[in-house]
Amino acid sequence: MDTTILLFLLQDGLTNGAIYALLGLALVLVFAVTRVIFVPQGEFVAYGALTLATFDAGRAPGTAWLGLAFGLAATASELSSERRRVGLRRLLQSLASTTAVPLLAAAAAFIVAPMRPPSWISVLLTLAIIVPMGPNLYRIAFRPLADGSVLTLFIASIGVHFAMTGLGLVFFGAEGVRARPLSDLVFSVGPIPVTGQTLFVYAATILAMTALALFFGRALLGKALIATAMNRLGARLVGVRTEMSGRLAFALAALIGALSGVLIAPMTTIYYDTGFLIGLKGFIAAIIGALASYPVTALAALAVGIIESLASFFASNFKEAIVFTLIIPVLLWLSLAHGPADAEEGH
Amino acid sequence: MSAPGSHKRRKFAGGLLVLLFALPFIPGVPVYWFTLLDNMGIAALVVIGLVMLTGVGGMTSFGQATFCGFGAFTTAVLTTRYGVSPWLTLFCSIVVTLAAAAVVGLITVRLSGHFLPLGTLCWGLAIYFLFGRLEFLGRHDGVAAIPPLNFLGLALTDSRSIFYVIWSFVVLAALGAANLLDSRIGRAIRALRGASVAAEAFGVDTARIKLVVFLYAAVLAGVSGWLYAHMQRAVNPTPFGVNQSIEYLFMAVVGGAGSVWAGLLGAGLVTLLKETLQRVLPFLAGAQASFEPIVFGVALVLTLQKARGGLWPWFDSLLPAPDAPPRPPDVPAPAARPQPRRGDALLIVDKARKQFQGLVAVNDVSFTVKAGEITALIGPNGAGKSTTFNLITGVLQATSGQITFRGERIEKARTPAIARLGIARTFQHVRIQGDMSVLDNVALGAHSRGSAGVLRAVLRLDRDEERQLMAQAARQIERVGLGNTMRQPAASLSLGQSRILEIARALCLDPVLLLLDEPAAGLRHMEKEKLAQLLSQLRDEGMSVLLVEHDMRFVMGLADQITVLDFGVKIAEGAPMDIQRNPAVIEAYLGGEA
Repeated sequence: MDTTILLFLLQDGLTNGAIYALLGLALVLVFAVTRVIFVPQGEFVAYGALTLATFDAGRAPGTAWLGLAFGLAATASELSSERRRVGLRRLLQSLASTTAVPLLAAAAAFIVAPMRPPSWISVLLTLAIIVPMGPNLYRIAFRPLADGSVLTLFIASIGVHFAMTGLGLVFFGAEGVRARPLSDLVFSVGPIPVTGQTLFVYAATILAMTALALFFGRALLGKALIATAMNRLGARLVGVRTEMSGRLAFALAALIGALSGVLIAPMTTIYYDTGFLIGLKGFIAAIIGALASYPVTALAALAVGIIESLASFFASNFKEAIVFTLIIPVLLWLSLAHGPADAEEGH
Repeated sequence: MSAPGSHKRRKFAGGLLVLLFALPFIPGVPVYWFTLLDNMGIAALVVIGLVMLTGVGGMTSFGQATFCGFGAFTTAVLTTRYGVSPWLTLFCSIVVTLAAAAVVGLITVRLSGHFLPLGTLCWGLAIYFLFGRLEFLGRHDGVAAIPPLNFLGLALTDSRSIFYVIWSFVVLAALGAANLLDSRIGRAIRALRGASVAAEAFGVDTARIKLVVFLYAAVLAGVSGWLYAHMQRAVNPTPFGVNQSIEYLFMAVVGGAGSVWAGLLGAGLVTLLKETLQRVLPFLAGAQASFEPIVFGVALVLTLQKARGGLWPWFDSLLPAPDAPPRPPDVPAPAARPQPRRGDALLIVDKARKQFQGLVAVNDVSFTVKAGEITALIGPNGAGKSTTFNLITGVLQATSGQITFRGERIEKARTPAIARLGIARTFQHVRIQGDMSVLDNVALGAHSRGSAGVLRAVLRLDRDEERQLMAQAARQIERVGLGNTMRQPAASLSLGQSRILEIARALCLDPVLLLLDEPAAGLRHMEKEKLAQLLSQLRDEGMSVLLVEHDMRFVMGLADQITVLDFGVKIAEGAPMDIQRNPAVIEAYLGGEA
């Protein structure tokens, strides 16, 4: 192996690692706020990528319908849990918060798609379709379980992953697709060609990390989210609306997921079920960060990307096995560091 | 949960079993039914293990299908490539699965909290990918042309003939699991979820028990894989992936992960649902069968939302109600420990010190507990009482100093070893398993007095010992006055009763020294009086007690000797009368500055 190959592998690893870092951050965020280990994160990646690719093909994506369905289901779930009688006003109010954006996005998609819009419009539409799915998903699946254990939420999360993968197959079919790159820019740094797309990836990762750091460090809303995570009841007592926190976390997660999808769609072929594996690698990073630390998660994600890239060169057959085995010593170390779950709470 | 059920229930279960095994002789039963039942049985084997592991033991596994893979591939390779007879490979499959599970399990059971399910997800994926890439397992194509099972020269090639083999395994596995849960080891397994600290304090090596359950579940999955290989006659990696593992978990959740029978129900219902979906959906939707995961996912979430305990409780209410089981027959207890003579020095704490970095929580504290007396360790909040308590019980290790119990040094010993020496304790925050009956909770205290292991429990060869332990538990419950609550779930007791339950559990150990951690905290006046009565009754019967307490009045009327701590230092020692008049004590309690 010469230096060029090594540099090439490193660049490849770094780019993938940046995507894993984005996803890892989203997973940490969702877990910190709602205690949900958010397995379906990867589905948002696939949905984002496939939706963008469908726009590229000049068609309106099926996810537009799906977004609407999520909205209606969210309203149904929300209203069915309310004890008082539901009037028309309450119905409209709920629909406005769950279904209005998906409806507009869907309408725009059907009008604009045949006109072959420029990339940035497709990207915006993609985000407008996918992002509202996040909070609606929270309303449908997780809010009714908000008082459950981490484990209950985890199992529910797996259920959602199953359903969303299945829906992905229904709406996008089994064929893989690639989207148009956001920019055709290519230049060389030494022997390595660098594309505009990879620059977008790096920029988005750095931007997202800075934004999250500021949000949680400075903004009151960010602190409200953290308070919800630490103690739901306590947060509620001091006036934090915990439901809102959950929806916000899921919206951010969907945004980060869809954005990651948009970013990788031009770099690799995406299938309806590709998201799971990509998400899992972000997951590994999040776990190394103990589902708590953003900087550790980001660094770990880069490491996962690079290890994967090197493994795919030296032992391509065992790439996945290697990446997933790596996590186990980390888990062990974390368990020892955090002590048993059922520890003595004493003085 | 696994109480031996009533006469009517047993009849019902027996009838069901006879019907099941007579099914092949009933003319007109379609072959399709047997295919369905075979699939149910194969799944049920895995789910029974998963119920033990997840529902009872509290360890959620997203990797059970992996162990099916070990079982299936072992027999596939051995029978097709080396011509080994399928019945021989059953043992090979079990051994290979056990070996793999031992390696994976040693790491997994040490993972805590939600790291454990995440860990299972990761090795589940890693091993699945490995199955698909290994040359000698045929990579993604797997292994084909596996010979069928043979029975008395008859090849079991169709679903009707292999049905007996599969369901014999299921019935054996279910009975074995139910037997195991209703035993000494079973109580330790059930205590893992919620009372594992208490279990440790009564001599249970929880890490070992966790591994035992893990291996038990893995072996059942391995046997299921072996059956699957000979039923399908071909294996590839797909059915051993994480999706399949999740499906098994789904079955456990749908049934209700608490009991073996719930697991059977879940496996049956989900298999039925799946096969029905596979038949019906293509007609309904006119598309490929991609709706199956959607329906599955949605059903899983809905089950969690609407029936978190699964469907078994509802199903259970349709069956004839179980009779109240009788009080365990009174048989003599296992050999009792020799008790010390009244007045002997039992526990000597000599300059014990515990430092947490800069903070000295216990500062060279010395005191002695004499046999047949009640010694109290008192002091205001933050005095170092609980830390001292934890040093004696092995929860924490002393930084320096000596702790001697009946001439044996114990400052470095671990909790289970200290329990075996005859030191039994209660907890400040009650640690009982609420789903278990009062009797079973108390019997956990006798864990170290029995010796029956997994095999004896599964084969029901532990009944003599079990009768002794249960009789002992019943006696102690009556001794502390909880006799009429024996069969209630422990969660139904009041706080005062729970504290007394903990004392009964401690007595079950046949202790030489009883350690009570703030037994009066949170109790109402009447409950305190009852507790004080019980403790002086125990002293009159010769029991030695060390109690950590912060309620001065409770201790004064009860203790023979009092040691007072403040900020980690011993400030006074003596009889209650002297302590009451001691100016340093008055200042510590009422506050100098106040």
